[in-house]
Amino acid sequence: MTPAPNAKAAPRLSDTLPASTVTKWLRDMMLIREFELRTMAAYQQAKIGGFCHVYIGQEATAVGTIAAVNHDDPVITAYRDHGHALARGMSSRACMAEMYGKTTGCAKGKGGSMHMFDKPNHLYGGHGIVGAQTGLGVGLAFASRYEWEVLNKGSKKVCLCYLGDGALNQGVFHESLNLAGLYDAPVIYIVENNGYSMGTSIERGTTMAHDLSVKAAAYGIDFIEIDGMDVCTIYDRFKPFADDLRERQRPGFVDLKTYRYQGHSMSDPQKYRTKEEVADWQQRDSIDRLAHLLLHRSDEPRAAAIAPSPWHGSLSEDAYKQMQKEIREEVRDAIDFAEKSDSPDPAAELYTDVYANPQPNLSPLREYHHGAKNPLL
Amino acid sequence: MASLTLEPPPATDRKIAFREALREAMSEEMRSDPRIFLMGEEVAQYNGAYKVSQGMLDEFGPKRIIDAPISENGFAGLGIGAAMYGLRPIIEFMSWSFSLVAADQILNNAAKMLYMSGGQWGCPIVFRGNDGAGGQLGSTHSWSVEALYANVPGLKIAIPSNPYDAKGLLKTAIRDEDPVFFLESERMLGDTGLVPAGEYTVPFGQAALRREGDDCTLVSFGRPVNFCLEAADELANEDIHCDVLDMRTIRPLDVDSIVASIQKTGRIVVVDQSWPFAGIASEVIAQVCERCFDYLDHQPVRVTSDDVPTPYAKPLEQAYLPHKGKIVEAVKRVVGVE
Repeated sequence: MTPAPNAKAAPRLSDTLPASTVTKWLRDMMLIREFELRTMAAYQQAKIGGFCHVYIGQEATAVGTIAAVNHDDPVITAYRDHGHALARGMSSRACMAEMYGKTTGCAKGKGGSMHMFDKPNHLYGGHGIVGAQTGLGVGLAFASRYEWEVLNKGSKKVCLCYLGDGALNQGVFHESLNLAGLYDAPVIYIVENNGYSMGTSIERGTTMAHDLSVKAAAYGIDFIEIDGMDVCTIYDRFKPFADDLRERQRPGFVDLKTYRYQGHSMSDPQKYRTKEEVADWQQRDSIDRLAHLLLHRSDEPRAAAIAPSPWHGSLSEDAYKQMQKEIREEVRDAIDFAEKSDSPDPAAELYTDVYANPQPNLSPLREYHHGAKNPLL
Repeated sequence: MASLTLEPPPATDRKIAFREALREAMSEEMRSDPRIFLMGEEVAQYNGAYKVSQGMLDEFGPKRIIDAPISENGFAGLGIGAAMYGLRPIIEFMSWSFSLVAADQILNNAAKMLYMSGGQWGCPIVFRGNDGAGGQLGSTHSWSVEALYANVPGLKIAIPSNPYDAKGLLKTAIRDEDPVFFLESERMLGDTGLVPAGEYTVPFGQAALRREGDDCTLVSFGRPVNFCLEAADELANEDIHCDVLDMRTIRPLDVDSIVASIQKTGRIVVVDQSWPFAGIASEVIAQVCERCFDYLDHQPVRVTSDDVPTPYAKPLEQAYLPHKGKIVEAVKRVVGVE
């Protein structure tokens, strides 16, 4: 049925939220972007080592999906993980200090950029091997179900397991989809589909790239595709999807179409795509879009048929500028904190956290022992 | 320094098979800790490919005894994720040979999670199954994975040689906070031995002195311990007397007991069913040289599998594996008897 020309569509789910909630999404996305810009600068100054993959362009995907679940739902992701850590509530300080390899980092400087872990915030890592976290994700979901079903405690949960489109082609992911379907494990595989696995476009590496629903269908798993460049759309679509899977305790598969503005890692000449393609995606920037709505700027290209939300225009220019200033200060403080924090002392910390139950003669070189308490615990 | 005293026989006259001892360990632990579940290929409805888990589905039900499809990488990862969440999974590999397709999960995720997370998440999980050559299974199904996996810090490796230790070590493994690789042997599942019905554990990192002698120290672990005992019996008839040390765990490795024995015997033969190059025998001998070089009266000698893929044909397979004859010959060499 075609709606009458002047009929107003029902309000979107995100339109019904308080202004403070949506403003927090904007703040979270802006924080991630500023954090990543400073991460890149620090990497170029050789303050950060190893491999480093920034999240710029993809901010809406972590923020919009994490906003749709409970704080105690397990979250696990791959190596482009700074955004998930911040969206989950890790402090900028702990995240930056980890990349600086300092004792104050979330993994005491033992993990680095690709291994952001935050137990109080139920973030089960940052994982470096492509697809490896998909096996863990089905296990987290299986265990959360076992908890209420066998141990008679806790409530129904969903596990958010993020992966890049490159992980679509890993064997463990397909095994995990099958296991999740078989065991009714409430894991939601969220493909942050930025179109490239390093330098290989999804069409060159993945069959049926234009319709990933067939992969979910092969395992009898519910599927949705979402525009990953609009945090409100993500929330509107993902929230009911996740709620339903939580209730039914079933797995899901989400194709979130997003884009990374930067290279795969910090050392990527990006010969595989054009500047125009990047610019086209930047035109749809998730932060700009939400800022426009909150500031109620007249150039927001929103369909007239959609009713305005109470929070549209709720953010003043002054408050927006103040928010920008606070974020810059927060990230500057995180850098400062990371710079000033202590590096781990090899004599004290090299042989710690290897075994939870260290025993004599586990190594011919030295005895393992318990180390300093993790700063997040 | 470890005091070396002969391991007394179990205080019981109850004899059960190795597979029953394993089942008893799992069932006892599962009765007292509802966080424990068993997952693997054919563990539930089929009652275990090797009947280790026979009857456990009836007792514990399908939520805790769980058949897995043939997806070792997937269900190993599932177990590790569940362990991180707070459960106590026992993951059965029908054969450790099949664990190779799960290498990323068991070596990266299980072994390193505690370190990578800066102490936030450990991985209390047991992976168990058949290790070593079976009966003419050929090259791909006959892996002795101990040397391959012992290289990785973060893991513990237990390898019992008899039913008593199988039960006691498995209970220790299940209770441990760290990932434990538990290596059984299809060739030994039917072996019977004295096993008390009640509660006991065998600690990790404490070798058992199975036989006493002053002439040579025989060090082994897992199934070849039994070949060492046969060899020691034969050698005793020729008045050559061996200490036989059953390591029981590879990581931790009770090198203190090995050193204590060598201080008495001055000679060591290490019997290891994995390959010689960078094997457990190599590691034992390196540690012995580091710790008690001056006590050695003869260079250390190792008896391992031959350095070829595991053959199929019976005479080839028999020639390839460590056995009593090779051990007798090696001991005679180090004590200077031809």
